[in-house]
Amino acid sequence: MIAAMTEIDKLVDKYQGDRSALLQILLDIQREYYWLPKEAFLRLSERLEIPLNQIYQIATFYKAFSLVPRGRHLATVCMGTACHVRGSPRLLDKVKDMLNVAPGETSSDMRFTLNKVNCLGCCALGPVVVVDGEYHGKPSTAELERIFAACD
Amino acid sequence: MSTRLASPADLERLREGILANRDPSKPIVTVCSGTGCQAYGSRNVIQAFIDEIKRQGLEAEVVAKATGCHGFCEQGVVVIIFPEEICYLRVGAEDVPEIVSSTLVQNKIVDSLTYKDPDTGHNIPKESEIPFYKHQCRLILGNNRFIDPKSIQDYIARGGYSALSKALFEMSPEEVLEEVKRANIRGRGGGGFPAGKKWETTRNAPGNTKYVIVNCDEGDPGAYMDRSLMEGNPHSVLEGLVIGAYAIGAHEGFIYVRQEYPLATENTIHAIEQAQECGLLGQNILGSGFDFTVKVHRGAGAFVSGESSALMSAIEGRVGEPRTKYIRTAISGIWGQPSNLNNVETWANVPLVINRGADWYCSMGTEGSKGTKIFSLVGKVRNTGLVEVPMGATLRHIVYEIGGGIPDGKRFKAVQTGGPSGGCIPEQFLDTPVDFDELTKLGSMMGSGGMIVMDEDNCMVDMARYFLDFLSEESCGKCIPCREGIRQMLKILDRIIEGNGKDGDVELLEELSEVISDASLCALGGTAPNPVLSTIKYFRDEYEAHIREKRCPAKVCKPLVSYYIVPDKCQACLICLRNCPEDAINGGKNLVHWIAQEKCTKCGTCLEVCPSRFNAVIMLSGEPVPSPPAEKTEVLRRR
Amino acid sequence: MKTLTLEIDGKQAQVREGMTLLEAAKELGIEIPTLCYREGLAPYGACRLCSVEIIRDNRSRIVASCAYPVEEGLIVKTDSPRVTNIRKMLIELMLAIAPGVKVLEDLAAQYGVEGARFEAEPDFCILCGLCVRYCAEIKKANAIGFAGRGIERTVVFIPEIASKTCMSCRECFSICPTAKIPSETDGVCFLDLTIDDFLSRRLR
Repeated sequence: MIAAMTEIDKLVDKYQGDRSALLQILLDIQREYYWLPKEAFLRLSERLEIPLNQIYQIATFYKAFSLVPRGRHLATVCMGTACHVRGSPRLLDKVKDMLNVAPGETSSDMRFTLNKVNCLGCCALGPVVVVDGEYHGKPSTAELERIFAACD
Repeated sequence: MSTRLASPADLERLREGILANRDPSKPIVTVCSGTGCQAYGSRNVIQAFIDEIKRQGLEAEVVAKATGCHGFCEQGVVVIIFPEEICYLRVGAEDVPEIVSSTLVQNKIVDSLTYKDPDTGHNIPKESEIPFYKHQCRLILGNNRFIDPKSIQDYIARGGYSALSKALFEMSPEEVLEEVKRANIRGRGGGGFPAGKKWETTRNAPGNTKYVIVNCDEGDPGAYMDRSLMEGNPHSVLEGLVIGAYAIGAHEGFIYVRQEYPLATENTIHAIEQAQECGLLGQNILGSGFDFTVKVHRGAGAFVSGESSALMSAIEGRVGEPRTKYIRTAISGIWGQPSNLNNVETWANVPLVINRGADWYCSMGTEGSKGTKIFSLVGKVRNTGLVEVPMGATLRHIVYEIGGGIPDGKRFKAVQTGGPSGGCIPEQFLDTPVDFDELTKLGSMMGSGGMIVMDEDNCMVDMARYFLDFLSEESCGKCIPCREGIRQMLKILDRIIEGNGKDGDVELLEELSEVISDASLCALGGTAPNPVLSTIKYFRDEYEAHIREKRCPAKVCKPLVSYYIVPDKCQACLICLRNCPEDAINGGKNLVHWIAQEKCTKCGTCLEVCPSRFNAVIMLSGEPVPSPPAEKTEVLRRR
Repeated sequence: MKTLTLEIDGKQAQVREGMTLLEAAKELGIEIPTLCYREGLAPYGACRLCSVEIIRDNRSRIVASCAYPVEEGLIVKTDSPRVTNIRKMLIELMLAIAPGVKVLEDLAAQYGVEGARFEAEPDFCILCGLCVRYCAEIKKANAIGFAGRGIERTVVFIPEIASKTCMSCRECFSICPTAKIPSETDGVCFLDLTIDDFLSRRLR
């Protein structure tokens, strides 16, 4: 949760109030807080003089942004072509079932967020799932169970 | 690095100084630190080297450094020891003490870590003799292995920025432009448009404010050439960009890096800072009077934003959607100003052309496509990784001589090039020389360089669906033919895969394809039908099998596949029974196991866990599954 | 203002530089169907219904006439078989989202579109963007906008703004070609069409 609007203001100042930096500012907020709260949009609309509907359009257009709070752990399955030919859809299905969450969403207990991504560039490992920054190539069902059980 | 270079002589002096401080006979250990090898733990490997070298008191004798991507991604972590060029593969942190003791101290090769020829079994310790590297022509990517991307000194030591110096002081902007035009560098991002022509249009367009842009949005799934260049040798791209800016008359540039490439972003920003400190960017570059600054702009996860007009909208702070206006961005781009956008690899080619000349550059390649091209060779191929070859190398050369062919004794089926805008190329065309025009003739395209190899276990209908699914999410959704057309094509493919295909479906796909490619607002929609059309063209029989026989020949499409335990082979080991997540397997100790089809979710676990000496689980498609064995059938014991 | 010559459907025409092909055709009395085009708003190019075939240097291309500027020596075909095929398919695709809508049924009759090869999944918004663009460019209120991309793309009201401006305006009601907006809002603006509804749909 953003403590104060001063955080947003600091970011706007960092980019010298340049409206064309909107996307960069949103990326910074996402990175820091793991999501984009509504208050951020309202403040940015004021400071950058960009209509609110345009900010919403940008925030909902891009995959990098979450407009709802994210889970404690992030699992990302690579759906690039090379991983696909090595069976990533099956891996995605397994992970979906294990975590009980759909891609792009967060489990109701806020434990996991599951994302898909197109090509992490470690195609030789494929199919790949990244959990909290750790890469796992060709994980078996047992391995996945172990990995997720270790996440609080 | 605090010396500001104020002249070409300063640069040369710096270069000589760096080289003088480096003893060429002194061993250097380079550890690949591209994102791929980092996934294998290369950060631990480099740390292990630093620690072990210190532990053995060798700091004065040996240097260990993290470099950019070496390209042999299948065998990461890749380590090369210079000057002998000993190449160790699949290196883990635990291997490091032995490498240091044996190779660095005793000059002995650690055989277990060298490349082993899969046919002869011979060890090949020297990097240049490894077939994967031997058959390449690594003019651009080859520098990665010598350079720590965080060190401008490494780049300068390799001759970096000499092309910029030459351009600024020995050539006029028009002469630089002429050279690039003569070299016929064609856009490496997929369009294949002659870069020189675009530069000229931008240069001649009315207006004093011009922009140059590096497109590092690299969205084709399976393609990561640009990432490796931007991560591994950002200065090479910067140098090309400044030269281009000089030729065009631009003083401001942007590098658009996709959000999924944090390391590339980090290394690029770092490189820009270093170049600025040295006077190779910013005001009065090298004392030439030419000013140029560049900013990094991060993407936020949208494939369509890699389209030129969309990318420029994103830089302006608007949504990264392609625009409707029919005016070339070279004439009216960012904020209505003439803007020249080129791909990462295109820019990286420029210093080469300036240093060695257009004539030399044109001596490589084919009639219409000069120079080299970097490909990401991935999928069902032994040696996956980044491959650089001269234009005109055949698909067979790339897939077999460099790629080592198809693993596990499987048969080649097709190679997909051009990503979601491209198509599949079957076996009969393996001897096609790869260049912009030849691949287009086959119904595919070169694209940005993704080359995905498929074997007999891949389903071409599934591949077509995969690309449509990708595009339906990535489409900006503005125009009807793309958004709704792709949606309907995807629905048809889903039906076909689910076993509900009907006669006329293929024809309807073709009809939709024509409208989508004709009427879409941008090239995403314009090329979206290509994967479908090319798979229909070369693998129509697979479509017919799915539609008429409800059969998936490759046994990939889940709805058309059933898992079955062959009673004669089952040894009742209970492994599949215990591992089935749906409890769909019946049987018990000494009793033949069988799958209750109505519970089976086709996750494939049983096939995965059945011991290979039994091989009792098979996949069936297009034929009825035999009824379960009679209750309490005992297994046929095999000795 | 500079004039130039081009040919539309076999007729030579002198047109002003800066005109679009759509405007030029209109001056010649040639009707090109449109949906997302509206005089006074910047061309948007979403429906592609106004697609025409242009020929230059022996190469033919399909472009949106609402946005393509007139060029000297251009040959334009507003109703070639290629163009007609495109329009028919676009109408079919739109009918799948907005079945029974008068403007689409009229077009279907005009172009001989029969039968429905695509399963109807009525949403009624064809994303022509007229409401969004009108509210932004003419009313300058920005009470309504786009959210999402691809097949997720939707038109949404922004409650913070809509609650203050929409009640006394409602001009988007009559602009909407499929009557989606008036039908959804039932006299009270933005029933299920807010950004919050969009976000909660994403969570489902």
